[in-house]
Amino acid sequence: MTLTIIGALPLLGALLISLLGNSQKENIKKLALLTSILTFVATLVAALNFEIDRPGFQFVEKYSWIPSLGVNFQVGVDGISLILILLSTILVPVVILAGWNESEGGRFSVKTFYILMLVLETMMIGVFAATDVFLFYIFFEAMLVPVYFLIGGYGSGARQAAAVKFLLYSLFGGLLMLASIIGLYVISSNQIGRTFDIEALQTLKIDSLTENLLFLGFFIAFAIKAPLWPLHTWLPDAAKSATPGTSILLLGVLDKVGTFGMIRYGVELFPNASKTFTPLIITLAVISIIYGAILAIGQKDIKSLIAFTSISHFGFITMGIFAMTTQGNSGATLYMLNHGFSTAALFMTAGWMISRRGSSTISDFGGLQRVTPILAWSFFIAGLSSLALPGLSSFVSEFLVLVGTYTRYPVAAIIGTIGIILAALYILIPVQKALHGPTTPGNENLPDLNKREVIAIAPIIALIIGLGFYPKPALDVINPAAKATITKAGFTDPAPVVQGGDK
Amino acid sequence: MGFTSPSLEYGALAPMLVIFGAGILAVIVEAFVSAKLRPSLQLALSIGAVILSFAQVIRLRGTETVTAANNSVIIDGPVLFMQGTILVFALLGLFLIADFEQFAAQASAVPGSEEERSAIQTGKMQTEIYPLTLFAVGGMMLFPAASDLITLFVALEVLSLPLYLMAGLARRRRLLSQEAALKYFLLGAYSSAFFLFGSAFLYGYAGTVQLSGIASSISGGAGNDIFLLIGIAALSVGLLFKVGAVPFHAWTPDVYQGAPTAVTAFMAAATKVAAFGAALRIFYTALAGAEWSWQPLLTGVAVITMIVGSIIAIAQRDVKRMLAYSSIAHAGFLLTGILALNKSGLEASLFYLAIYGLTTLGAFALVSLVRDSSGEVTDLNRWVGLAKRSPLIASFFALYLLSFAGIPLTSGFIGKFTIFSAAYESGNTGVVVVGVLSSAIAAFFYIRVIVMMFFTDPEEDTVTVSIPSIFTSIVIWIAALTTLAFGVFPTPLLDAIASLSTFVR
Repeated sequence: MTLTIIGALPLLGALLISLLGNSQKENIKKLALLTSILTFVATLVAALNFEIDRPGFQFVEKYSWIPSLGVNFQVGVDGISLILILLSTILVPVVILAGWNESEGGRFSVKTFYILMLVLETMMIGVFAATDVFLFYIFFEAMLVPVYFLIGGYGSGARQAAAVKFLLYSLFGGLLMLASIIGLYVISSNQIGRTFDIEALQTLKIDSLTENLLFLGFFIAFAIKAPLWPLHTWLPDAAKSATPGTSILLLGVLDKVGTFGMIRYGVELFPNASKTFTPLIITLAVISIIYGAILAIGQKDIKSLIAFTSISHFGFITMGIFAMTTQGNSGATLYMLNHGFSTAALFMTAGWMISRRGSSTISDFGGLQRVTPILAWSFFIAGLSSLALPGLSSFVSEFLVLVGTYTRYPVAAIIGTIGIILAALYILIPVQKALHGPTTPGNENLPDLNKREVIAIAPIIALIIGLGFYPKPALDVINPAAKATITKAGFTDPAPVVQGGDK
Repeated sequence: MGFTSPSLEYGALAPMLVIFGAGILAVIVEAFVSAKLRPSLQLALSIGAVILSFAQVIRLRGTETVTAANNSVIIDGPVLFMQGTILVFALLGLFLIADFEQFAAQASAVPGSEEERSAIQTGKMQTEIYPLTLFAVGGMMLFPAASDLITLFVALEVLSLPLYLMAGLARRRRLLSQEAALKYFLLGAYSSAFFLFGSAFLYGYAGTVQLSGIASSISGGAGNDIFLLIGIAALSVGLLFKVGAVPFHAWTPDVYQGAPTAVTAFMAAATKVAAFGAALRIFYTALAGAEWSWQPLLTGVAVITMIVGSIIAIAQRDVKRMLAYSSIAHAGFLLTGILALNKSGLEASLFYLAIYGLTTLGAFALVSLVRDSSGEVTDLNRWVGLAKRSPLIASFFALYLLSFAGIPLTSGFIGKFTIFSAAYESGNTGVVVVGVLSSAIAAFFYIRVIVMMFFTDPEEDTVTVSIPSIFTSIVIWIAALTTLAFGVFPTPLLDAIASLSTFVR
């Protein structure tokens, strides 16, 4: 029942909030925060009971749902999904606390904002916990609805257009995936009886043409979600228009559904097709790394900048997954976690800067270091984590991905390292413009972070530094699952095994 | 020469006999009861008949399959399910029709004339709508049950003729309504001629009008294949016209727009069941052996129906026309169920027809609520910002649209999933891919309406959402609840269908 309870908590909170009156704004916010903290605590308790060395899924639950279609309500976690659920449940309370007032002034009420947010949390937990493909698809598609209303209802600028673009891209990918799921369903009903059980589906024997097509249906959906060049164009618009909190969940968690899907429903489900398409995918990943980084350098808007850096980072994650080595794979999963934290920190600080200054153009800031030191330091550390400075968490994952890729695809890994150099540029240029130098007129009286904001960002900064020095707890959880993935895909690590920096 | 009266299986025919009997009774009421009493009496009579007939369907459920009326009617599982579905739609349709606001005071009066004005002032009502509805329902129930071509044709006419009249009864914009009725009638008559022509050729091929006889002739292989092909082609034209498939869809948007909204709702939901029911029976039983001849044709029709319906819907600026093109796209999805030609295809089609009809009824019921001083407002540009004025109505409409788009947790998703997986199972992978892609196109215009309602500010010139009558609210709520319930727990309905769904050949 563990996972069901964790998943149901936010939904319960949303239900309670819906009973409150529209005018009780503070109570609504407090209740939402309390719910999300409780959810996190529950997840943490579950994570402490997770047995690292046990293979397969844990906390497994299975209830019959639509027997005539072979659909079960079936959940369970391995190391990879556990890490991502933890990430989701950490980020939601942080987002609520950091953006305490961002729900106001939207198109809909404050109440609706938190209901949508908590419903979204339930779906995020569900999408990672599902071990039934049908259930996964339901969460995958249904979570578009709250995000759509969060972007379109509470964002800024051309928020409606961005929301629609996001929705249409995602729906298009989702429907292609639906065609593949139907294919899997029919094949399974011919071979082993109607089922959507992910472990049972791995045993299917599929001829190679069908497997390639089915894989593509899934992969395109995930590549839109993740997003991979050239399917990325919705992301900068959405991230720029959404509120910082929504952007954090969008980039920090929702996009991870794409890379998570590539592991669980790409590599593990269609190992042969994954092998066939690996050269193409690695190429796209490398292009994403370089393209995202170069465009990030050119951005004048701080939110677009963060969005483009993420495209570059998702390139690294995808490359790590399809390198088909244990280091690459566990690096990719760790990268998902770390990217969640560093993007959250960047968006939080950027959001605060924007709401204080009333502008999101980088050149409008300047000399913040002197005026608002805590805010400036937080942004600086977040930025350094994003460029993978040794000692901060992202370094470990980026290093693992590159090492894991180099053993099999040295050229891709070498070109990928250029991304690291570009990362220094896209982070240090805005840091210099916004934080250093003389204070731009009009910025002299900006207030520094208040207590609430410090409480919101402190745990994220602590995690960034903590996991940078001591990534072992996370890697201990991830490594067995990553190894299992590579084994399922039918690969063995190339010898000699290059030890990761953490070992 | 003596006359032997045919033996009728009254028990098996009871659902239809109740409806036809009530229809005749309603005509008598029309003639002899005072105008003041008529509306409530007619409504009570119709609703009573529908409920009684539904009880008969429930009674027959699970009994042995029978042929009745000298082999001209078959009562089997799928027929009972379709008759039950049609009756539920008829009941909900009657609830909408009971709101007399929408109908012409005196249909025979020339629009804009003095006679019309005085009819409105004296509060006249055309209560003939009730017997017409009952006859249409009777015809719809007979259509999928008919087991020979003659009965099929009779049923087709019995269901169509009242609908032509009903389409012309709108109270406002009467010329548009009458034009729609005339178009529907002319094109309908034309397609009936095709249907009859096809029947004649099939008779020429098989020497019998019995569907089972045609099936055995096809499996026997004797006969002139040219006759068979012409027969199938012409018969298909007649059927495809009724379901609104491209290229025989031209009447759909005009009639959907022109007809009184209550009639559109009933017609859109129930006619689809009847027409697809008959099409399923014909293609699954009589013509199953000749699938080589009609599958390529029908595949093409299904593909262009899905694509054309979805694409043209994007350009629509009128809610009713948009829903009409959406219904065309859905006819395309339903055709994939016929193409599947397997048990899951039949089950999926029945499920799809039931849930699509419920959602459609709800959607049109909502359309009838959005008004200004001159009546219903169907111009989409004036629906802008509806959520501000009436969040509940806008949310319901959004729910229906999401179901049409096939978003998970709505009944539309389960419908799409089952029907596409049936088509995939039969090897029609290409059709599935086209279906999925045109769903993506269709999602675009459903979402655009949601954006208009929720994310755009209303202009000065505003519309009001009238407070629904109790009848209309019932329809809206039932549609919303079933849309959600069958999206989350479709099992009861799927199981009920699975236990009923084998056609008797």
